[in-house]
Amino acid sequence: MGELRAYAALFGGRLRSATAYRTSFAVELVSNAAGTAIDVATVFVLYRAASVIGGFTLDEALMMTGITAFAFVLADLTVGNIDQLETYVRTGRLDAVLVRPLAVLPQLMLADLPLRKLMRLAVGLSVLGIALGRNDIDWTPGRALLLVTAPISGAVFFGAIFVMSAATAFWWVDSGKLGHGFTYGGRDFTSYPITVYGSWFRTLFAYALGFGFVSYQPALTLLGRADPLGLPDWSGYLSPLVALVAVGVAAVVWRLGVRHYRSTGS
Amino acid sequence: MDALDASVPAISPSRPFRASVVTFRALVGSGFRRYATYRQATVAGTFTNIVFGFLRCYVLLAVAAGTAGAMAGGYDARQLATFVWVGQGLLNVVGIWGWADLSERIRTGDIVADLVRPVSPVTAYLAADLGRGAHALLTRVAPPVLVGALFFPMATPSRWQTVPLFAASVLLAVVGSFGCRYLVNATAYWLADARGPLAFWTLGSGVLAGLYFPLRLLPDWLAVTLWVATPLPGLLQTPLDVLIERDPPALQAGLVALQAVWAVIMLALAGWVQRRAERKLVVQGG
Repeated sequence: MGELRAYAALFGGRLRSATAYRTSFAVELVSNAAGTAIDVATVFVLYRAASVIGGFTLDEALMMTGITAFAFVLADLTVGNIDQLETYVRTGRLDAVLVRPLAVLPQLMLADLPLRKLMRLAVGLSVLGIALGRNDIDWTPGRALLLVTAPISGAVFFGAIFVMSAATAFWWVDSGKLGHGFTYGGRDFTSYPITVYGSWFRTLFAYALGFGFVSYQPALTLLGRADPLGLPDWSGYLSPLVALVAVGVAAVVWRLGVRHYRSTGS
Repeated sequence: MDALDASVPAISPSRPFRASVVTFRALVGSGFRRYATYRQATVAGTFTNIVFGFLRCYVLLAVAAGTAGAMAGGYDARQLATFVWVGQGLLNVVGIWGWADLSERIRTGDIVADLVRPVSPVTAYLAADLGRGAHALLTRVAPPVLVGALFFPMATPSRWQTVPLFAASVLLAVVGSFGCRYLVNATAYWLADARGPLAFWTLGSGVLAGLYFPLRLLPDWLAVTLWVATPLPGLLQTPLDVLIERDPPALQAGLVALQAVWAVIMLALAGWVQRRAERKLVVQGG
């Protein structure tokens, strides 16, 4: 109970500091929401030039974009600000976090909860809604369940990627941008049918790193389309499993990182 | 001791511009050296540029492959590959993102140190930014372009004018981008915190400068409006279009001239805003 109160206090402090500069905060809220909207608009722009990309129509691709948009936004909102870790490590501010009698990861997440990203969640959800509206889905209990589990597993997966990317700062202080290749890069990768990518690149991102199970495989299962790349129909249901593996790896990396941390300063 | 004052002795009284040139050059050098010390960040950033290069290149090539003439927005596959990979390198030279020095100094009150200097903040920051751009030109362009050339067939310029025009276009893009970023940062004079405007800028500049997709994929009326009414296509799309020879030479020269007009407008605006801000500025901090 005491712990919860401590987290609530951290969160409240963050809320007050975020709203201290009101105009700036309002502009940030709107910009963030527009960010997700632009990612989706990009898909529409590309489909203006070609009606079929990588063997998929706009509506089918939107199913993948929608799952990704919602999953990424949810992960970014809850875990995304962990990329501030770089600053904590460089300045040695992590010391203050480590000496408190609370777990390190939740402290960093709550103390920096990016409320400015809140409006994104609504945009992400509506993209998923639009995708569902534009596709004629043959509903079964399995597919209804998949509609819930896929975005949430995707969010958990992206969350694990955020934590792993941020944890590189424990070994390599100025690594900030390195992680973007996997977090934002992963989002871009999963926004399109993975058939568009070259084969080695796809194997690496989709199967070795697991990004293929965030939106591509679940979308195929929802749409009832056979995978042109040959994975079986049920592979869409694997996303929770893939997310769990990612969380396991992230937990190990994080723990190693915290143990590796050496403070700085004079 | 009564003769002591804060004036700087003229380096060469007979050549009044010399002092300005020497100062400007020193500031450019300091900008260059500052970024030269961030070696880890340079490597990490390059890696990310390469990942995004692959992502964007594959998607755009798939778009071209899905069209009748294998052309997307009037670009063939080679031109698209060049657009993406040179774009990933040029992005750092133009430096669209991640410059919040000025707004941070306004917020903390450190800006007062800039105001007492004998060089105006716009000039001083422009010099430092040119140094930053020069460093990026030497370190950040070659790696993504080489990786791109290794994996994809790329277009090479066939007209001699393209090379000087491209160089001019890149310089104008850096100056135009600096003007925009200065204005975005300067909102902190009024708002105290520029994180909102910066987020807005990061978003708008990325998509409207042609980083996410070539602007020629947009409907014509929209593309023309963007080019004429905003400085944004001049930050990335114009230099890239010049390099891959998307248009006939006369139109290309026209686009670069348009870029120059916008660069001058943005610098003038930055200067004007700075003067306005100085009249109302309350320095923060204690």
